[in-house]
Amino acid sequence: MKNNALVVHREDDVATVLENISEGQTVRFLLGGREYTLRSLCPVPFGHKIALRTIEEGHTVRKYGEDIGRSTEKIEKGYHVHIQNLESTRARGDREDAE
Amino acid sequence: MDLKGYFREDGSAGIRNHLLVIPASVCAATVASRIAEQVEGAVYLPNQHGCAQIKPDLDICFRTLAGFGKNPNVGAVLVIGLGCESLKAEALAQDIAMSGKPVECLVIQRCGGTLAAQARGLRTARQLSEKISGQGKTHFEISELIIGLECGGSDTTSGIAANPVQGTVSDIHINNGGTSILSETTELIGAEHVLARRGISEKVGQDLLDIVNACEKRAMRMGVDLRGSQPTPGNIDGGLTTIEEKSLGCIYKAGSSHLQGVLEYAQTPTGKGLFMMDTPGQDIESITGMVAGGAQLVLFTTGRGTPTGCPVAPVIKLTGNPATYTTMEENIDLNAGNIILGDETIEECAERLYALVLEVCNGKFTKAESLKHREFGIYKLTSTF
Repeated sequence: MKNNALVVHREDDVATVLENISEGQTVRFLLGGREYTLRSLCPVPFGHKIALRTIEEGHTVRKYGEDIGRSTEKIEKGYHVHIQNLESTRARGDREDAE
Repeated sequence: MDLKGYFREDGSAGIRNHLLVIPASVCAATVASRIAEQVEGAVYLPNQHGCAQIKPDLDICFRTLAGFGKNPNVGAVLVIGLGCESLKAEALAQDIAMSGKPVECLVIQRCGGTLAAQARGLRTARQLSEKISGQGKTHFEISELIIGLECGGSDTTSGIAANPVQGTVSDIHINNGGTSILSETTELIGAEHVLARRGISEKVGQDLLDIVNACEKRAMRMGVDLRGSQPTPGNIDGGLTTIEEKSLGCIYKAGSSHLQGVLEYAQTPTGKGLFMMDTPGQDIESITGMVAGGAQLVLFTTGRGTPTGCPVAPVIKLTGNPATYTTMEENIDLNAGNIILGDETIEECAERLYALVLEVCNGKFTKAESLKHREFGIYKLTSTF
């Protein structure tokens, strides 16, 4: 079967799904030449991210091998990673600690 | 492929031969538009500024309008002023005329109003149009081409498919002796450390970090979360969560070439190779800055789909999202959607895009050109006064 998700960098915490994923669906992706699977815990729309491992609250989340923000709650492996549980740490003029 | 273009007195080469009608200020824009409408080969710039601006903004406006006039795709220029604006029409015309191309100027208040200015402007524009229409094309080297690199309406396919294709083409172009301009400083926030490492010197790397830092501070002074502006609601629907994630995908547009220098908005590259221009993430203002800096052609990746063009430079659009290509084929020149389906590699797609670049250099219309998409917008630092 064709892979339906893509991991950009081996250190990433998330995969990008390449089709609309429904709850309980198997997500397949390549990592270092090997095929892996993961069961989704909820629907994940095309192009969105799914957690490859459980991420604790307040942790840095990585994609492209780089920091893309911080988790605002605990994210279970197989869960949709997006604005409800991941936020930017840059250009946050809304924060009290902003300059 | 043998490339044919329009030789200019200053040694540059154009891939189009427009007569450009430039209003020095918003007050002259209607007259300029009416003149351009009635003359074959003429385009005009819908300039919204040029008066009651503080000096740094007025300088940006002048540099942008002058840069469009000097762009190698422009064969002749007609500048229209009202007469009392801060941006002096004659000074603009003189600056553009240093490029050696035919430039004429008229001032509405001195002509005696709209109708008199239009009548005089039309006669002048017709003469200029006739003059440049007779110019033949001659061979030019691809190394004379400056490509502007843009992305807009991004989704996650942009960072994993379309931007890497564009970056590969930029690398090919630079290997062939050409120049590319990366833009959109906002969309480096969170990825600047990766790009700074590619600077040819410590200073170039630091210049890059400095413009990103300044941009982030400007946003933070507004006291709100950048989200909603960057990423945009469309970016978020398309799966991009944070500006960091968007930026890390954006920098793939610049391939893997070394960064030669950092340019101000609308500044001309100081050599060959890859440059970064300090522009906002807003597509129209970003493209306008790069074309004012001399880019004769723009590559534009989109995930959500966008119709954007430019008054004087062809804009080639590509998408990495197969569904977007299907729904917006009339606006998108190249489908890079087979990459995520696993049916084409980034290198194969880049080869198709490079072939299209050469065809467009030789005169083939982009979809934005055939639909007369001629968006134009000048970046501003602050309000008018």
